Amino acid sequence: MSSALIADITAPSVNYYMLAPILIVLGGAVLSVLVEAFYPRESRRSAQIALVLTTLVVAFLAVLNIKVDAILGFTIVNSLAIDGVSVFLQGLIILSALVGALLISENRIDPLGDAFAAQSSALPGSEDELAFTERGWYQTEIWSLFLFSVGGMLIFPIANDLLTLFVALEVMSLPLYLLVGMARRRRLLSQEAALKYFVLGAFSSAFMLYGSALVYGFANSVELGDIAKALSASAANSNLMLVGGIFILIGLLFKVGAAPFHQWTPDVYQGAPTAITAFMSAGTKVAAFGALLRVFYVALSGLAWDLSAVLWAIAIITMLVGTIIGVAQSDIKRMLAYSSIAHAGFLLLGVIAQSKAALDGSLFYLAGYAFTSLGAFAVVSLVRDASGEANHLGQWAGLGKRSPVIASVFTLFLLALAGIPLTSGFVGKFAVFAAAYEKGLAPLVVVAVIASAIAGFFYVRVIVLMFFTDASGDEVSVVVPSFATAAAITITAVVTIVLGVIPQPVFDLLSNALFLK
Amino acid sequence: MELNNFILLSAILFSIGAVGVLVRRNAIVVFMSVEMMLNAANLAFVTFAKANGSIDGQVIAFFVMVVAAAEVVVGLSIIVSIFRTRRTASIDEASLLKF
Repeated sequence: MSSALIADITAPSVNYYMLAPILIVLGGAVLSVLVEAFYPRESRRSAQIALVLTTLVVAFLAVLNIKVDAILGFTIVNSLAIDGVSVFLQGLIILSALVGALLISENRIDPLGDAFAAQSSALPGSEDELAFTERGWYQTEIWSLFLFSVGGMLIFPIANDLLTLFVALEVMSLPLYLLVGMARRRRLLSQEAALKYFVLGAFSSAFMLYGSALVYGFANSVELGDIAKALSASAANSNLMLVGGIFILIGLLFKVGAAPFHQWTPDVYQGAPTAITAFMSAGTKVAAFGALLRVFYVALSGLAWDLSAVLWAIAIITMLVGTIIGVAQSDIKRMLAYSSIAHAGFLLLGVIAQSKAALDGSLFYLAGYAFTSLGAFAVVSLVRDASGEANHLGQWAGLGKRSPVIASVFTLFLLALAGIPLTSGFVGKFAVFAAAYEKGLAPLVVVAVIASAIAGFFYVRVIVLMFFTDASGDEVSVVVPSFATAAAITITAVVTIVLGVIPQPVFDLLSNALFLK
Repeated sequence: MELNNFILLSAILFSIGAVGVLVRRNAIVVFMSVEMMLNAANLAFVTFAKANGSIDGQVIAFFVMVVAAAEVVVGLSIIVSIFRTRRTASIDEASLLKF
């Protein structure tokens, strides 16, 4: 028996050309660990920032270098699928990470330093913490963690088997759990957010893993293509497969922040340093929806009928929870978190619809949402009072009179989130809703339109607060940021408008974006 | 050897773990419950590998162990830092973030 097993093993073929973006990012992460170990403290921060930005730019060039038509295919024993969707999502994730890195590198808006604790091992409020802060130390490990997380995000949406999916999920999430807990201000809040994110994240990934085990028992393989074959080959759907499929969906729906698995979203978005919130609201959403779309379109399409009731219910609950509870929020970061839950609900329509048009719409939606969300959180990080960020909505009153430019840019992002024409949000929503309607999902589209209207109320409320309400007297100021944050806000605002006015180039780009089955 | 028994055992372990996460207060115990869920999945993988006559499931179990170890490092560091701040590892005590 053993000789037979050994004879079976052949070296896997690895297509380095297709893997280049992932290898570059993970290689950069390893280099970043070395910089952490060997560089003197004074110059470490600038070295890390230079390394991270270079890595991301080179990785983006590597993505552009992949010619989608020429080399579609699987690599490393079918564990990764490089197809049109992968290339688009990888490019999008790297661009979001670049903007995120610009925000994380910001150290001008807080007089004490960047957004992260000087030494996150020092107790909050202790003399050590004070001493480290006075010495002007920076926690530069964040850059290694950041790059590892980006590496996980790049693998997550292109994983073609359930094991790779699970490992990528953890590589993406574990660094994020830590980054969430490292804020410089309001550290108790930040640590608590990290704990909640970690416990719920580990819980949901355990569900996903157990679901993978059940699916493996049914299909005798964890490859997505084999699972689809096993599903179509079996006459009656087995309960093993159904339960396994639902468990896998629970894990993925948790990551996209769909109700009833959304509880972590507002807490983590509020507690995390705002730059990290911006990065994860874009990157995690894109990566997780990419993975959800792939698993659902490639592996579970045979279960679509069995799962439709569950998915309809989840989509409706998600849209309503996101908008209705969002209306009641008084914290700007929590409000944006509920907005992201609502957007997850809208995007679920694209998952359920299962058509090429729905896929295109979802990918466009993700592209628009990623930049809008990055920009919105970037603006949030600028509005401050003496103790840090002024996140209470009441403190935003009258902002339009004091800093009209920032208030106008924020209005643009809010309008895009609400889906007003001439912004990327409108085009994305329209594409997804139209595709869903064509596939006979009219009831869901009606709920989505109503939810959009309710959501519009809380976006407009903030706009009214900024422009037509007098300041409450709290000392709130808009800090002038360094070049990095200014560039990030400019880029995201321009992308939000350009995608809204001339969306066609992106749809042309998506025309050959299909899943490899 | 009746393989169904092993699957049943893994389902029971998974359920105990899931209930443990939901009802226990101590972060360490919650964390142990999560590990139990992962190990239940491992048992299922290995059993199905035996039942289906492929070794994929056994290899996957190794990957899961590695991931679980990494998760322990991250999870314990978060729990320890919270414990040092608050002198408690109770999940319910950490309740600053509320609606």
